[in-house]
Amino acid sequence: MHLVLEQIINGLTIGSFYALIALGYSMVYGVLKLINFAHGDFFAMGSYIGYTVLVFLVAGATVSMGPWAGMGLAVLTAGVSLMAVGIAVERAAYRPVYRAGRLPAVVSALGASIFLQNVIMLVWGPRYQAYPADLIPAARIHFGDLTVTMLQLVILALSFALMSALYYVIQKTTFGAAVRATAHDRNTAALMGINFNRVIVFIFTLGPALGAVAGVMVGMYYRQISFTMGWNYGLKAFTATILGGIGNLPGAMFGGLILGVLEMLGAAYISAAWKDVFVFLILILVLIVRPTGLFGERTAEKV
Amino acid sequence: MRDLQNLSGGGLRSARLLAPLAFACLVTAYPFAVSDYLIDIGFFFGIYALLGLSLNIVLGEVGLFDLGHAGFYAIGAYVTAVLNTRYQVPVLVLMPVSCLAAALFAYLVCSPIIHLKGDYLCIVTIGMGEIVRLALINNPFDLTGGPNGVFGIDFPRVGNLLVVDSSIEYYFLVWITVGVSIAGLVSLQHSRIGRAWNCIREDAVAAQATGINVRAYKLLAFVLGAALAGAAGNIYASKLMCVSPESFTFWESCLMFCIVLIGGMGSIPGVIVGAAFISLFPEIFRPFAMYRMLVFGSIMIVMMMVRPGGFWPRKRGAVTLRPLMEDTADGAV
Repeated sequence: MHLVLEQIINGLTIGSFYALIALGYSMVYGVLKLINFAHGDFFAMGSYIGYTVLVFLVAGATVSMGPWAGMGLAVLTAGVSLMAVGIAVERAAYRPVYRAGRLPAVVSALGASIFLQNVIMLVWGPRYQAYPADLIPAARIHFGDLTVTMLQLVILALSFALMSALYYVIQKTTFGAAVRATAHDRNTAALMGINFNRVIVFIFTLGPALGAVAGVMVGMYYRQISFTMGWNYGLKAFTATILGGIGNLPGAMFGGLILGVLEMLGAAYISAAWKDVFVFLILILVLIVRPTGLFGERTAEKV
Repeated sequence: MRDLQNLSGGGLRSARLLAPLAFACLVTAYPFAVSDYLIDIGFFFGIYALLGLSLNIVLGEVGLFDLGHAGFYAIGAYVTAVLNTRYQVPVLVLMPVSCLAAALFAYLVCSPIIHLKGDYLCIVTIGMGEIVRLALINNPFDLTGGPNGVFGIDFPRVGNLLVVDSSIEYYFLVWITVGVSIAGLVSLQHSRIGRAWNCIREDAVAAQATGINVRAYKLLAFVLGAALAGAAGNIYASKLMCVSPESFTFWESCLMFCIVLIGGMGSIPGVIVGAAFISLFPEIFRPFAMYRMLVFGSIMIVMMMVRPGGFWPRKRGAVTLRPLMEDTADGAV
């Protein structure tokens, strides 16, 4: 029994990575109807920035104040840096093509993804980088047979806090209402005096920042990062977004968590090598039965 | 009714023939003027042109977002590789077999998901492509050789008379296939099927209302697109003499997607331009070494700002009816 629990906790941990990344996809999709292919690379870049901060800038802080301080600083710096990157990419690659329709924006997003990936490669080199073990918190907690690392708990708590904060902002604040209105109907929202560009800057600030936080946590959890990992995680997170129902924020969160748990249970009880096949099969089956995702709303088709 | 076949004017037709003819001459003359290395680049240009044409049926003609097209390409390549290395079936015989296998796979996989719309279809095709790749890596029934793939695929040959084993012969093999495909696709564009596809792309509901079987035509597009990708896979496998899952990643599907969108949706000359961009650019900018992909990404962005409809968009509404009297006069001759 405790094996199942352990797998579920592992699943929730990686699920929370997917969920954080998925939120970025979902927000951008909700407002712009654009699959932001560069989003996975925001995540990878966040991971690399976190690595640099941890290893080169705050090693002193880690030694004097403990690994949690180092982790906090790395997460914070990566998040803030990626806000800047997100705004810059939106300004350079997306804003000029909004009016041309959806498909040019997809190509532009792929171009931005290639660009960012190669920036990472040029700055940090093409090889794997490893988060050093002694800079990462190693505490463990035992509940009877069940062993959980402190890092996992902190990852879960931090992800949950961030997701709740985002949920609060989107659902309860005036600005969140503006974002939802824009997602619902861009033209009407603009007529009501909502500044479309401010909404977009907002989502391109928060989305990449959340992705970057996930990036640092993935680095700490798996220790090893590579410049191409944005594609793998991006693909999974995008799957999570669709699983939950695209453009629906709670859907993206639950989609991520469900995907993570399914992946871990699939790996443990079916086959580790086939776990991704399992994940994609579930996705396809869900979409065949519910074509708008688990939590997606069925909207009447416009004719 | 015979007159309907003669819808476009004669002068216009000869002008339209001129550009493709010039291009055909260029493609034919090119390998005689350059080194083997450059011929190989021309070969890969041809492969990408074939893949672009195959995705263009699905994405360009019908407007279905397919980001898993590398899966069909992989099926074609692996069918050729496995049947050739295990049962010594000749590669040329395997070309139709690869087409059929990829088409059958597309039919089986796409039947249950064809009702999905837009981005939901997109993610399901991504999932399908990934499942194919992961399955190849996991080596089911010990057929696919796992991550290393399958080695030692034979040359395409007709007995000992004609063996395609040099760069220039492969070059012509792929470009002849491209030529035949273009001829087929152009006539398809002007047929009932092509018009039905375009109608579905513009408005699926209206298409349904006019009596077009939307589901069947969408499936047909997937099946034909997959068959062409299967042919590309066949040629690719015999050229490289080995296939591995690394050649059929999500990235490859994205490249095909870019070929169609950079060229212009539904435009055959556009696909050729897009394929040229994707395959030749990294070679031309080889001197920039590590920076070339950086430039590649930036150019994709700039291209979409400058020409959002693609480099060579398809002209619409080309059908013009000639006066009735003239037609009957022609018909009487």
